[in-house]
Amino acid sequence: MIEQLIFYVFALVLLFSATMVITVRNPVHAALFLVLAFFNSAVLWVMAGAEFLGIVLVLVYVGAVMVLFLFVVMMLDLNLSQLREGFMKHFYIGVPFAVVMAVQMLLVVGSGLFAPETLPEARMPIPEDVGNTALLGSVLYTVYVYPFELAAVILLVAIIAAIMLTLRRREGTRHQDPGKQVRVRKADRLRVVNIPSARRQSEQE
Amino acid sequence: MTNEAFETPNLLLALPEIWLLAMACVVLVVDLFSNDRDHGPAFWLTQVTLLGGIIITVSTQWGVDATTFSGTYVADSLGALLKIGILVLAFLGFAYSRDYMRDRGILKGEYYMLGLFAVLGMMVTVSAGNLLSLYLGVELMSLSLYALVAIDRDSSRASEAAMKYFVLGALASGMLLYGMSMLYGVTGTLDLGEITAAAAELDDRRFLFLFGLVFMMVGVAFKFGAVPFHMWVPDVYHGAPTPVTLMIATASKVAAVGLFLRLIGEGLLPLLESWQHMVVLLAVLSLLIGNTVALVQTNIKRMLAYSTFNHVGFILMGFVAGTPEGYAASVFYALTYAFTVAATFGVVLLLARKGFEADHITDLKGLNDRSPLFAFVVLILMISLTGIPGTVGFYAKWMVLKSVVEAGFVWLAVLAVIGAVVGAFYYLRLVRYCYFDKAEGEGPQPTGSGGFQAVLAANGLLVLVAGIFPGTLVAVCLAAFL
Repeated sequence: MIEQLIFYVFALVLLFSATMVITVRNPVHAALFLVLAFFNSAVLWVMAGAEFLGIVLVLVYVGAVMVLFLFVVMMLDLNLSQLREGFMKHFYIGVPFAVVMAVQMLLVVGSGLFAPETLPEARMPIPEDVGNTALLGSVLYTVYVYPFELAAVILLVAIIAAIMLTLRRREGTRHQDPGKQVRVRKADRLRVVNIPSARRQSEQE
Repeated sequence: MTNEAFETPNLLLALPEIWLLAMACVVLVVDLFSNDRDHGPAFWLTQVTLLGGIIITVSTQWGVDATTFSGTYVADSLGALLKIGILVLAFLGFAYSRDYMRDRGILKGEYYMLGLFAVLGMMVTVSAGNLLSLYLGVELMSLSLYALVAIDRDSSRASEAAMKYFVLGALASGMLLYGMSMLYGVTGTLDLGEITAAAAELDDRRFLFLFGLVFMMVGVAFKFGAVPFHMWVPDVYHGAPTPVTLMIATASKVAAVGLFLRLIGEGLLPLLESWQHMVVLLAVLSLLIGNTVALVQTNIKRMLAYSTFNHVGFILMGFVAGTPEGYAASVFYALTYAFTVAATFGVVLLLARKGFEADHITDLKGLNDRSPLFAFVVLILMISLTGIPGTVGFYAKWMVLKSVVEAGFVWLAVLAVIGAVVGAFYYLRLVRYCYFDKAEGEGPQPTGSGGFQAVLAANGLLVLVAGIFPGTLVAVCLAAFL
């Protein structure tokens, strides 16, 4: 009972925030609503027994991807009126396409071919006493060590490519050189000037 | 908690990939600490890595049939053959590219590292035994290639090409992954061997399985650049720096053959009658579009891009029969085509100099007066690409046509031959320019170091020798499937 109540609360908030993502005018608000949507779906996943995926969703999507997204949205000076231009013109073309696609999807999904009964039994039943984080951990570094390493190589390629495409040494840019900063000595920067001190007012009197 | 099904992997079986990964990291570090402006150490280490990879692949994987890493990695003769092809093609690509990249200020250490990682991705793809490793291999290859296309970031044309390649490539990867997820949903396994077994005894889940097959076919056809999933090819070939185009046009095509064979050709062989007609359709469209549009191209890189479709059509035709002989014909075709095209791009790179691309077909005018040797090389390459008897291109076409006719698609063979005759026009036009036309003004001179010229001449002559003695290579290709 209480479990169902929790489910419906989070599911409703999820639907609400997902709708807000595509309807609010301010892109920063949209991104924040997306964060809320991620949080709620993470809770739903944890309730379904996939606690590892729930944690990853929060860590990766909320913690990294959405923060980056917010940065980009804030840094790009988006001209909203320009983006909305011609919306109504395309709207009338878009609606028939959307309707056709929706009908097609309903036909395929509603045909019963995707019903859960048609899918095979789970080959590795989840034991009751072990969480799926531990289960994933036990196969990630053993059975799936090769794909795991490949994923690491892909990340390395991403780093190399990102540096190659963005790092450029231009003349005239202001940047710090930590090596120089560490090597600097007092004599290089500090000049002690002997200024004769002015006499105090009281002494003059 | 222990996993009882787990066996300690036999690392020795995967030695070529391990060697390449380790050496790519060595190149990364060595290049960081070297002060050579031409990145000489990175270049030589890369070439040593590729040559070492060939030796290791031959000695550890040819004639072996085993899996390791819990079935995610397959070591067999087919994988070994394709890997050797990929490594040699990458070697040629790097050997031809140094002067070109230096002249344009884009000779960076990252060129070698990303190139090695792309090769690693191709090798992973062709010896994948599991949907996960297959997909990750494709992604590793594609991501490295996207970045390589954009390596000349001040060129707006290259950036545009990279953007198109990236967006369309991501879409195709999504399609591939979607199809794989369908397969996983139906069979409950990621292992290709188990999927093959499940495909043989499909009953009520057949529809879902075919659903996944169609999506995977789209993804694979994109990686091939087969019509109608070819939109990216001309712009990417034209916009990318020529050495990168060379890599996309040669090594990645061989990897695409491996991708098709592992995923569909062998993995879904029980469903042959379902995918046979899809492949026929792709082949027919590729033959038609490729030849007709290539006729009117005046840029060599664009012309080669369109004529690629023609050759992709031939490679796909070999798959139609679904027999080991047909597959062997496709592999033979892909390898010989890739070597011939590598040398063609080599000639374009040879004639290019600082601020001049030499990628217009009239740049070849009067090449015989300037360099008889390389005019002869162009002659060999072009008649081989045309498929005139006595050249290696002829044997490749003949093997493919034989397999198609045996499978009962005589009309397809006739169409392909007509296409090859049309193709003769634009290939032999280049030969005419080389021998019978005078250059306007001086014409581009062959540049490049002695090593480059020697490798290019050897590449051209090997195409000639392979045409005179094709038997060994044919036997090797057949042995990979038997």
